[in-house]
Amino acid sequence: MRTVLTVLRKDLLLELRGFETLPAMILFAIVTFVIFHFGLNQDTIDGQLAAGVLTVTLLFAAMLGINRLFVAEREQGGFDAFLLAPVDRSALLVAKATALFLFLVVLEVIAVPAFGLLLLGPSLAHALPGLIAVLALGDVALAVIGTLVSAIAVQTRARDLIGPIIGLPLLLPALIGMARGAGPLLVAHGSSSPPGKWVAILALYDVVFALLSYAVFDFLLED
Amino acid sequence: MTTYGRGLRGLSLAAAATITVALALVFFYAPLDADQGFIQKIFYIHVPLAITALCGFVFGGVLGAMYLRTGERKWDIRSYVAIHMALIFGVGTLLTGTIWAKASWGHWWVWSDPTLTSFLIVMLLFATYQPLRFSIEDPERQSRYASVFAVVAGAFVPLNFIAVRAAQQYVHPRVLTLTGGNLPGSMRLTFLVSLVGIALLYVTLWKYEMAAKSTRMQVRALRRALLGEDSVAPLKRSAAPS
Amino acid sequence: MTLAAIFAVAPALPLHTAGKYVAGAYIVFLALVLIYVSIMATRLSRTERELAELRRDVEAQRAARDSAREREPVA
Repeated sequence: MRTVLTVLRKDLLLELRGFETLPAMILFAIVTFVIFHFGLNQDTIDGQLAAGVLTVTLLFAAMLGINRLFVAEREQGGFDAFLLAPVDRSALLVAKATALFLFLVVLEVIAVPAFGLLLLGPSLAHALPGLIAVLALGDVALAVIGTLVSAIAVQTRARDLIGPIIGLPLLLPALIGMARGAGPLLVAHGSSSPPGKWVAILALYDVVFALLSYAVFDFLLED
Repeated sequence: MTTYGRGLRGLSLAAAATITVALALVFFYAPLDADQGFIQKIFYIHVPLAITALCGFVFGGVLGAMYLRTGERKWDIRSYVAIHMALIFGVGTLLTGTIWAKASWGHWWVWSDPTLTSFLIVMLLFATYQPLRFSIEDPERQSRYASVFAVVAGAFVPLNFIAVRAAQQYVHPRVLTLTGGNLPGSMRLTFLVSLVGIALLYVTLWKYEMAAKSTRMQVRALRRALLGEDSVAPLKRSAAPS
Repeated sequence: MTLAAIFAVAPALPLHTAGKYVAGAYIVFLALVLIYVSIMATRLSRTERELAELRRDVEAQRAARDSAREREPVA
C-alpha cells in the first residue's frame, strides 16, 4: 500500500511541477468541442448525440494521457529501479492507474462544464449526479485499460501507435456503456439516474478488467 | 518434442466427412425457412464459423495463460497458431455475414445485427495481435507480451458480446442469428452437424499448422546440431514465434 | 414478433437471385480453405527443400571428414 502511495505521489508531483500532460488533455477536449460545433453545424446538441460527443472527446483526451504514462519510466530507468526494489510489482499498476484516474477526474471537472457551456442544450444541473456516476465508472475502465495498454506499448518500437490501436477496441464496451448511460440524462426533462443496465455493464467491465490486469501485470515487468 | 502429425490424418478425414454430411443436410434435408427462404441456408456456414472463431480466440487466451504459467515456448506457438486460425475463420464469418446481410436486408452492413457488430469489434482488436508481436524484437519478451494480450483479449470476447447485445434496440428482429429456441428439430440437427464439422476443421488446421511449424523448427535444430552454430542462418525479425 | 411482421420487413428473394448469394457464401468458405491449403503446400515444399539441403550438407561434411582422416595416418 505504501508503495502505491509513494509512486502515486511521485507521479502527481511530477505533473504538478511539469504541467505537461493535463493542460494538453484539457486543451484538446475544449478544441474538440469547438470542432464538433462546426463539424455538426449545431448550436446545441442534446440526448444521445451529446452523450456520444462527450464520450468520444473524453476518450481521445485520455489517449493523450495514456501515451505518456510510462514514458518517463522507460526513458529514465524507472522500470529497473522499481524491479530492484523489494515491493509487490502490481503496486506499479495500481499507482499508475490511480494517477491516470485522477488526471481524468481533473479533466472532467473542467471539460464537462465547458461542454455544458459550449455545446449542451439542456441544463447540466439535474443530470449531474447520474453523469458523475457514469463518468466515474467509465474513468475506472479508461484508467485500468489505459495503464495496461500503455505498459505493453512502451516496450514496443511503435510506441504511440500500438497503444491506441489495442486500447480502443478493448475499451469499446466501456465506451458504449458511458455513451448509452449518459444519453438519457442529457435530455431537457430527462431522468436524473442513468439506466441500470448500462451501470451494471460498466461495473462488470471494471471489475473483470481490473482483476485481469492485476493478474497479468507482473508478466509485463519481468526482465 | 511433441509430434503434431500423429492422428492428423484421422482428424482431417473426420472433418471432411462431417462437413460433407453437413452440406448434404443443408441442401437436401433442412427445410426451407418460411420468411427468409433459400437465403437462410447461409446461416449454416456463417454461424458455425462465428462460434468457432470466437472459441478459437478464447482458446488462444487459455494457451497464452499456459505460457505465462510455464514459460515454455511451445505454449506461445500454440497460442499464436490458435489466434491466427481464429482470425482466418473470423474473416470468413465477416464475409459470409455481409453476404447474408446484403441478401436479407439489401445492405452490405447492418448495425442492427449484434453478432456482426460484436464480431467486428473483436476482429479489430485481434488484428493488432500481429503488429504487436512484430514491434517487439526480443523473442522472449515478444512471447510474454503476446500472451498477456491473448489473455486479456480472450477475456474481452464474452464481455464485448454482452455489451453489444445490450445496446441493440430490438427494433429489427434478430433474424440473422437464429440460434436458440426457435429452431425446428431438423434445422437444429443440420446446424449442429455443421458446427461440429467447422469445429473439426479448425482443430485439423490448427494441428496441421503446428506440425508444419514444429517440423521446420526441428530441421533448423538438426542443422545446428549436426553442422554447428554458423550453418544456421539467423531468422529475420518476425511476428511468428520460432 | 409474428412471422408476418418479420416477412414484411425481410421478404424472401426468389430462388434464382437467392441462389447467387448462398453460392457466394459457400464459395467464400471454400476459397478460404483452398487458399490455406495452397499456402501450406508452399511451406511443405520449402521444408522439403531445407531437409534436402541439410542432407546434402551433412553428406558433404562427412565426406570432408573422411578424406581428412584418410590423409592423416601418412603424417
